[in-house]
Amino acid sequence: MGKSASGPSFARTLSHQGLPISVVLGFVVIAWYALAVGLNAQGAIERDLADTPWNWQQLVATTWAMQRPVLPAPHQVALDLWSSMTDWPLGSPRNLLFHMAVTAQSTLVGFVLGTVLGLVLSIAIVHSRTLDRALLPWIVASQSVPVLAIAPIVLVILGSIGLTGVAPKAVIAMYLCFFPVTVAMVQGLRSPQVIETEMLHTYAATPWQALWMLRLPASLPFLFPALRVGVAAGLVGAMVAELPTGAQAGLGARLLTGSYYGQTVQIWSALVMAAVLGLVLTAAMAALEHLVLRHRRNA
Amino acid sequence: MTQANPPADSTSPLAVDVRKASLVYNPLQAPVHALREVDLAVQPGEFVSLIGPSGCGKTTLLRVIADLEHITAGSVLVNGVSPHEARLTRAYGYVFQAPGLFAWRTVLGNVKLPLQIHGRSSAECDAIARDQLARVGLTGFESKYPWQLSGGMQQRVSIARALSFEPRILMMDEPFGALDEITRDRLNEQLQQMWERERRTVVFVTHSIAEAVYLSTRIVVMSPRPGRIVKVIESPLPDTRTLDMRDTNQFVEVAHAVREALAHGHDG
Repeated sequence: MGKSASGPSFARTLSHQGLPISVVLGFVVIAWYALAVGLNAQGAIERDLADTPWNWQQLVATTWAMQRPVLPAPHQVALDLWSSMTDWPLGSPRNLLFHMAVTAQSTLVGFVLGTVLGLVLSIAIVHSRTLDRALLPWIVASQSVPVLAIAPIVLVILGSIGLTGVAPKAVIAMYLCFFPVTVAMVQGLRSPQVIETEMLHTYAATPWQALWMLRLPASLPFLFPALRVGVAAGLVGAMVAELPTGAQAGLGARLLTGSYYGQTVQIWSALVMAAVLGLVLTAAMAALEHLVLRHRRNA
Repeated sequence: MTQANPPADSTSPLAVDVRKASLVYNPLQAPVHALREVDLAVQPGEFVSLIGPSGCGKTTLLRVIADLEHITAGSVLVNGVSPHEARLTRAYGYVFQAPGLFAWRTVLGNVKLPLQIHGRSSAECDAIARDQLARVGLTGFESKYPWQLSGGMQQRVSIARALSFEPRILMMDEPFGALDEITRDRLNEQLQQMWERERRTVVFVTHSIAEAVYLSTRIVVMSPRPGRIVKVIESPLPDTRTLDMRDTNQFVEVAHAVREALAHGHDG
């Protein structure tokens, strides 16, 4: 019998949560501006206002318009984002959309690979008691190694056999993606009730038929939440992989160069782009879930 | 009085032939005799009910016949072969206590399930499933999903599914136990009419005396600890039955005999 699993409708979520979310956003923006004044004041006094007398209005205005503030004001980040997207062509490394596309590509390739790996592992684990005992502890242990420690090793090894560019980044994204998918799918593939498996037994169904007609469809409500987590984890993996490569492109590389040169506005722009990308990817998964499971209710 | 048993064809094997079947769980530490030396012969075309209190082994016996459990001693034949072979040759359809419909399939898709497993062509699956749904009175519900149906309708879908590949034997494990009395009566009536029309062998597990008497040509009364058959009652009722017949003296007498046997089995 069915699991209640269909994700909440977006339209409904938006209309129910729209007001609370905007209220919180308003508070965040106000607090952000206030914090920018507090954090940037010292630098503004020492660098920008040192030569002239100033009043507090000038101080506030200066803290919100500095070249290299400790904390840029929201409108500075917004302007930087806007100009990067409008002043430069899509293929230019000065356009943030270009970097987002680079990171999204690694994320998606790694996500697909990780999902496939997770599916294969979970099917193997569910069908073999030996593999269940042999593999699961290693899979769990694999996630206790920090991705930041693994990333350089993967890059070096794959680089030595000539794999550069998307491949190593995708592998690191995959490393983070496959885990939630594996764990959820082991649970999902085991979710059919005794009566359902016995029923297929009376029809003399083969294990493959049981997998295809019962276990996989029954596991979908478990799979989609894992895909949402997995795609977000894959984005983290892809960006982490962009840090040690000295990569020329990608949001991670953009973050790194920004911090090299003290370009805080650039760092924040890249961060906002990464957040937008993460939201878009998880929302796409939620939409897919909603579409696929739209007919499911508890029988 | 009508002869309830159809004449046994000497060349065709018994639909179900259970001899001295025993099933002991946990034989080493604390043996539980789920079944002890059970003998049961079901002729093709009979409607046999297994009735008894909880723990009497009625469901276990049905599951043994369906190759869902295995006896520890004795022999079981279904259509003259082992339950395992009978299952592989799709000799029986099994209706469980719960409908067990797949939430991701439509009503039609659920009825098609066994046919798809058996590798029938898509067009064939579709035609057969539509026909089976019509036979349980669910034409027009093909594209509904299980959650859109009442409990009684869901169980009718599960019967249509069990019958979709025209098995020679239908096994039912308290199929209407979870339904309200009015729905149950209506489904009993439909099932009885379907049996009269098609004369398929039915082995039916229930704990309702009225249900057993109304449906069966033969009632097998079982008793627990150890699970065994205490009495087999041939029904004198005619094959054509109506729900009103439950008030006739004949019906009340059979029900009384079943109740006596149940009480007797409980004392002994």
